[in-house]
Order: sequence, then C-alpha cells, then structure tokens
Amino acid sequence: MNIIAYIAVVIFIVGFICKVRVWTKVPAPLKIVTTPAPITYPGVILRMASEVFLFRSLFRGNKLLWLGGWIFHISLLFIVLRHLRYFFYPVPAWIMSLQTIGIYAGYIILLPLIYLLLRRWTVEINSYISNAMDYFTLFLIIGIAFTGILMKQYIRVDLVDVKAFMLGLLTLHPTISPGDILFLVHFLLVLFLILYFPFSKLMHAGGIFFSPTRNQRDNAREIRHITPWSNI
Amino acid sequence: MVSEKIEAPILTGSITVPKIKENASIDQKCHHAAEKHMEKLGFPGVKPVDWKEKALKKMKELLKKYRSLKVYLDTCVRCGSCADKCHYFLGTGDPKNMPVARQELFRKIYKRYFTVEGKVLGGLTNAEDLTEEVLEEWYTYFHQCSQCRRCSVFCPYGIDTAEISMAAREIMDSIGVGQKYCNEVLGKVYDLGNNLGMPGPALRNTLDFFEEDIQETTGVDVKLPLDVVGAEVLLVSPSADFFSAPHVDSLVGYAKIFHKAGISWTLSSYASEFANFGMFIGSYAVMKKVATRILDEARRLKVKRLIVGECGHAWRVGYSFWNTLIGPLDFLDPKYPIPQHICEFSLDLVNSGAVKFDKSANDEFTVTYHDSCNVARATRMGDKPGGQFEIPRALIRACCNKFVDMPDDVNREKTFCCGGGGGLLTEEIMDLRVKGTQPKAQALKDLMESHQVNLMVMICAICKAHFSHVLPHYGIPMETVGGVHQLINNAIVL
Ligand code: SF4
Ligand code: SF4
Repeated sequence: MNIIAYIAVVIFIVGFICKVRVWTKVPAPLKIVTTPAPITYPGVILRMASEVFLFRSLFRGNKLLWLGGWIFHISLLFIVLRHLRYFFYPVPAWIMSLQTIGIYAGYIILLPLIYLLLRRWTVEINSYISNAMDYFTLFLIIGIAFTGILMKQYIRVDLVDVKAFMLGLLTLHPTISPGDILFLVHFLLVLFLILYFPFSKLMHAGGIFFSPTRNQRDNAREIRHITPWSNI
Repeated sequence: MVSEKIEAPILTGSITVPKIKENASIDQKCHHAAEKHMEKLGFPGVKPVDWKEKALKKMKELLKKYRSLKVYLDTCVRCGSCADKCHYFLGTGDPKNMPVARQELFRKIYKRYFTVEGKVLGGLTNAEDLTEEVLEEWYTYFHQCSQCRRCSVFCPYGIDTAEISMAAREIMDSIGVGQKYCNEVLGKVYDLGNNLGMPGPALRNTLDFFEEDIQETTGVDVKLPLDVVGAEVLLVSPSADFFSAPHVDSLVGYAKIFHKAGISWTLSSYASEFANFGMFIGSYAVMKKVATRILDEARRLKVKRLIVGECGHAWRVGYSFWNTLIGPLDFLDPKYPIPQHICEFSLDLVNSGAVKFDKSANDEFTVTYHDSCNVARATRMGDKPGGQFEIPRALIRACCNKFVDMPDDVNREKTFCCGGGGGLLTEEIMDLRVKGTQPKAQALKDLMESHQVNLMVMICAICKAHFSHVLPHYGIPMETVGGVHQLINNAIVL
C-alpha cells in the first residue's frame, strides 16, 4: 500500500510538472485574446480570477451547469481542506475550524455529481459528446465521495490508525496501512484519481492558466508581441 | 447548380437548440484546390502516398509552435457549454458542428498519436487512427467552421475552436488537401495584390467612375487617389469595396470623409487588398507574405499613417497580428494608432467637429448594427476595451436618427457569425451558409417586425457579401444590408 501511494504521488507530481512544462515551453506566437479584454496585467489577473473562482464564462454559457460545476468545485475545495487534518500533527486551528463545513461539503458534493452524470446521460447533446473516460471520472469521484460518507456516517474506521498511517507516509517513515477495507477502497480510489490526473482532462486545473484567449493582454497595437519562431 | 438544395430553416421566433441529426450537413463539402493553386502557396499539389506520416509530422510541429493548440487539446472537459453556441450547429443540427465535437475530430487523432492515455486506453478516450475517412471528416467539418470564436466566449477555459480548425487546415494543406476558395483567392493576391484579381488599370477605371458619380450627385469634386507617393494616409480596404454592392457605398463614404477632413490620402494598386485569407487557412507564412505587401507599399508611398477599411477578419489581422508579422511599423506617425480603423478615424473627426452630418438624409432608415465576429471578439478600437462596440455605434448615432440595437444575446461579443466567414464564402456550401445565418436572421427579423428596422449596417466585407446573398432566402431583401460608412456617405455635409 505504501509503495502504491508513493508511486501514485510521484506520477502525479512528475506528470503534472511535465505537462505544465510543455505548456510553458510552447510559445503563443500571436495575440489571440478573446475581446473585450483587459489591457493591463492587473486587469488580466482580475479576469483570470473571475474565471478560476467564479467560472465567469461558464456562467454566461449555461447557468444550470455553472451552478452544478461551481457547487461541485467549492465542495471539493472544502473537502480537501478538511482532509488536511490527517496530514498535520498537531492540527492547525484553521483546519479544525473547517471540519464542520468540510463534512457538509462531503454530503453536498453528491448532488452536483449526480446532476453532472444525469446530464451526460440524458441531455442529447451532452450524451453525444461524452466519452467513456468522462463517465469513468465521474464514477471514480462518486465512488470516493460515497466511501467517504460511509466511513463518516455508518462504518466508522479507526481514525488514529489512519492518521498514524498518513503521517508515516508523509514523513517518509511508512507504517503498516490500516486493515479497514472501507478505508482501503477510499484511499485506493483517491490514489487512482491522482495517478490518472495528469493524463486526463482533469488537467484543466492547470490548463486554464495557460489559455492565451484568457491570459493575454489586449495591447497588440501598443506593444509588439514576438516569440522566437514568429519573428522569422 | 447547387442552389436547388438550399432550404432556409423556418424562423420560429426564437433561437433554439435543435435535435441532433447525424450527418445533416455532411454533403456540404468545399471544392478542393487545384494543383496549381496549392503549389503557388508552397503546398504540395497532390496528396502524397505517405500523407499520413506527413500529416502527423505537421501536427507534431504545430503542437510545438502553438500553445493554444496544445493547451486546448489537453484541457477540454466536454462540459458542453460551447455545444449549443455555434450557428452551424443551431442551423443544421449536425452534431459534428458542435464546437466541442469539431475539436474532438482533431483531439481523437492527437490522443491516439501524442498522448500516453490515448495510446494505452485507445477508444475509451475517444482516440482513433488517422485514416482516409477521418481525413474526409476533417475536410468537411473543419470547413464548416467560420472561425468566429463564439464558442470561445462561453468556454470556461477559453478554448477557441478556431485555433483548432486553423491548425487542421494547415495540416491538410501540408498534405496537398486544400480548399479551393481560399487558396485560389490567395493566389490572386500573390499575383495582383487583391482577392478579385483586379489589375491596377482596372482599379483606376473603377475609381474614376466613382469620382464622376460623386461629382454628378453632389457637384463636389471628391477624389479617390491611387498610388500617390507622399500622401499622408495609405488606405487599405477590402477589394470588395471596389466592386460589390453594398460595399462600394462605404468606399465612397471613406472618400468623402477624407475629402472633408482635408487629409491627403491614397489607395494602392499593389496593396489593394485588406483581406488576408492566410489567417483562414491557418498559415503564418502565407499570412505574413500577404501582409508584407502592405508594409512594402506603405514604405514606398512614404505615407505617415495607415488606415484600414471595413473588413472584419482583416481588422483582426491588422489590429492583432500586423505588429507581430510586419512590425514594428515605426516609420509611421506614432501619434496615431497603427493601424487605425476607418471608424476610429471618422469618429475622431466627428468629435472634433471637422465633419458634420445631416442626419435627416438617413431618415428613410431605421438602422441596426451587426457586430462582426472578428471585430467583436478578436480586436479593439479606441483605447478602452469594448471600443470595438461603442465606436461604430457612436458613428451610426451621429449620422442617423433612428438606431435600434440588437438584443443582448446576439450582440457585442455574443454576436453570431453572418454564416459566411472563415473562408466559407463559397457557392458550393450555400445550404450550410444559409442555415448558419439562421440565428442572426432570426434576430434581424424580430427587429424588422417590432421596430420596423430596414437597414442592418456592419463593418465587414464578408458579412456584407454573405448577408446580401443569403438573407433573401429568409424573405429579407438584400437592400437591408449596408455598411457604416454608407450612412456617412448619405449624411455627410460636403
Ligand atoms: S466549453 Fe470548453 S471545456 Fe466545455 S466542452 Fe466546450 S471546449 Fe470543452
Ligand atoms: S469558431 Fe464559430 S464556427 Fe467555429 S466552432 Fe466555434 S462557434 Fe462554430
């Protein structure tokens, strides 16, 4: 189990970095920002922030999907933050203060997940564009959420064990993993998700920052935009 | 003729998402470019036997050259926000015209040959081998994208399908599979400097005709100078302005405004084309070569300013790309934007009081304005974001009494393509073009009924040509289409 965890994490980190490195290295030879666009850097930061935190373009595109997507992501954020308690000893106060909301988020997240799934299934245009991996990703996350809720609500696992195990992993002094099946399933699904992450559309988490239509300034006439190959 | 097959969709009163009809527009295929037209642009004339390897090699090259392409292929989550935003999908119902599905045609090949997951998981990720069938599909559907970027506005990651269709076209050109319309037109620019293939003397004749016409109708001696060395301004305008209706009315409008402003100007017979179809075919090299004619001519004529006429995609090339392609244009007067749009130029004159309008000259019209996609979503005018919307509207308001704006969902950056942009302004796909016009035709029809609008003005030569041809299919007279400077032409006090 320890080995699997390390492999997954290493693949995630290396994979993520490789992909981002490629994106950084490939030049954007032309100004292709979608206008109206900000002219200054602070403006670009504002625009990017509105996309990253508020999903502005998605909001304009599809309100219901926006709602589903936004609730999903914000829940996910709180869930991840809540889980940080398993990696710290002692647990910082701010993480402790997020426990309740994190737990709620753990339940709430099922709603948008089911909505997203039903949407792919039932809405004609969405079912047309969905491929096997789109469903797989959703099922994977639903599985993670579901086993998490089971552990929290019905079949309690020994959290002291879990915490010792996680801290062991983190400090590179691996211990024996807890024997609890439910925990193992939950943990393995998460490992699979992060292993799969760099090879999948989940990379949208990084890609959004590299999108030239969003991160460029609209100043083509004022400042000459050149990249190594475009100045031939 | 293909015209028998054209069926204009019925305007239902609203823009709705159609039911999916597989292969609904698969028969709408652009003619292939002939060998000589391919070779003229430096592409192979025919498809080589090892086309597949060559195509993949080109794809690999482009993935290293264009961040947009690489990031967009990696990032799409198939959320579907863009799916119902494309006029060609709304008009035809063909699912491959959903922007995301159009991208998938490219992405499935990218996945198969360039990604770990595609190689390992294959079809589960939608990865697919590059075959003759795929190439056919590419040719058809990447020539059913007008590169209007409407999809990009609504994508949470700004994924621009236009970038993908440009790359696809470049790859196809590199294996001898080019589109006739664009490549033939580009050949004419290489030879004669404009899309029409009109030589200098013919151009001079046309301009003479306009001068006489103005003289007759107004009694004023307005000149349309050609190739004048030492003029202050070089005006580069789409060549359709010399020939087509309603384009010519705007050209006369430019001439009158220069005359009134007392600024010396000239057209050029060598650079008699603002349009740059190099963008449509995704070729940086061709785009640069076409743009270079204008640079050379600006130098030769020793002008101080570069002003450009009403053309949408060309304004994108001029505004966004010229500085990169042929810049720095630092021999021009830095007091003015380089290049400057004729609308920016005209509005400055209006604001400074140098020209005056008799608005009542346009009283027969209730006017609306069509935001052309490239102007709206890929450029700016003036010094504030959104100037590309405000400046033309301010001009229109200055020279007519009755102006009605389009409703929000089809206006400004949410505007719909006319249906003929992106190198699709060709007869053989008329059915597609007519159907792609549906959303904008719907909006216009509504305004005609609710506000008695009878003139829709715009600043794009392609929009003008396409709309005048296609709107009659919707029972809207072609005279409903006009240019912004056409209103100026009517109203300017000489
Ligand atoms: S909106 Fe963007 S992410 Fe969503 S399906 Fe379209 S291209 Fe993909
Ligand atoms: S760029 Fe325009 S024509 Fe092309 S897919 Fe997007 S919306 Fe459709």
